[in-house]
Amino acid sequence: MMRDQKLWTWHVAAGLVILVLLGLHMVVMHLDSIVKVPSLNPAGDEPIDWKNVTARGRMVFFAVTYVLLLGAALFHGLYGLRNILFELNPGPSVKKALSALVVIVGLGLFVLGSWAAVASFNLARSL
Amino acid sequence: MGASMSETSAKTILYRVRRYDPARGAAPVWQDFSIPRVAGMTVLDGLWTIKETQDPSLAWRSSCRMGVCGSCGMLINGKPRLGCNTQVSELGADVVAVAPLPNFDIIRDLVPDLAPMFDSHVALKPYVIRDDADEQEHPTGEFGQSAHELEQYLQFSYCIKCGCCMAACPTYATDPVYSGPMPLAQAHRYNTDTRDGGFKARKVVLGGERGPWRCHFAGECSRVCPKGVDPAKAIQLMKRELVLDYLRLRKGHVPAPAVPKPKEIKRRPDIPDAPARTA
Repeated sequence: MMRDQKLWTWHVAAGLVILVLLGLHMVVMHLDSIVKVPSLNPAGDEPIDWKNVTARGRMVFFAVTYVLLLGAALFHGLYGLRNILFELNPGPSVKKALSALVVIVGLGLFVLGSWAAVASFNLARSL
Repeated sequence: MGASMSETSAKTILYRVRRYDPARGAAPVWQDFSIPRVAGMTVLDGLWTIKETQDPSLAWRSSCRMGVCGSCGMLINGKPRLGCNTQVSELGADVVAVAPLPNFDIIRDLVPDLAPMFDSHVALKPYVIRDDADEQEHPTGEFGQSAHELEQYLQFSYCIKCGCCMAACPTYATDPVYSGPMPLAQAHRYNTDTRDGGFKARKVVLGGERGPWRCHFAGECSRVCPKGVDPAKAIQLMKRELVLDYLRLRKGHVPAPAVPKPKEIKRRPDIPDAPARTA
């Protein structure tokens, strides 16, 4: 399998995941008066009310989507950044170093972000 | 624009030509030539007039003079065009600025070095590839193809490899690894041909960094193509094919089989025999 074909396919897939999850974000946070989903704002009123935030924070569904959105956004963004940097025509060794750096930064941010998502989930459940 | 044309149409036209002589080693310079304006003259006609009456050392590449061979691609008033296919009057300007196609090294004057383009072209195997080599070498009939199947690639087969699309491509201008619109469009042309079975062979190049992935879809390649080919569309379709292939969702095709020659048809008596086949 050729590398760029694989990476591009995942890039497109990550974009679709972002599109769906950002759509969900819009539904939950900004379109709540139009699209009524009581289970996402169980306390009613504003989506950013503390009760609603903690209620959503206790849901496994949201913890999973946070991690999924984090992974998709990191892959999509960092792959795009790598492509932009590659268009500056660096040498092969610089390309390798850039790819490694992007992977390390991406994994590091993913671990940190996932930890934050899990920590907020645990915190919400403890309240 | 019309007034400007009428003011200058009767007399002369100024040609501003980019000159470069590698023997002198200096940077390219602009040189002006004033030549008679003739009704219906093309940019190429003007270059011939300059060569015949003012400077025989002026160099460019041309052949058919009818927009078929693709030799005379050049930058005319800032746009890649065919010299033979561009009338001076359609430019609507008093000055015809002619330079070699950008994004290529210059061999001399208006002659670009197209070798890198053709290297990329060859690397993508722009020909029908089949498993039945014996049938290709010793055909027993034509490979069957419907009109609908022909339409899937027909427009891409009109490409004359003039290099105008390569000269207009902003990605090819900055990225020497990128194959460019012409080779990629031709790869798509053969991948789409139902007589062909070479998708896997071309994927070796297309799936890597020389493939269509760097295309930003600026669309300039399609805008400047003198034959109306749409390389930008071919590249996007190719991306889709490669993504579907990775996801194992691509609908491939078995290369069209040879259709046996009809047996019941008799030859008309008034048609002479073809010359004997040479070895």
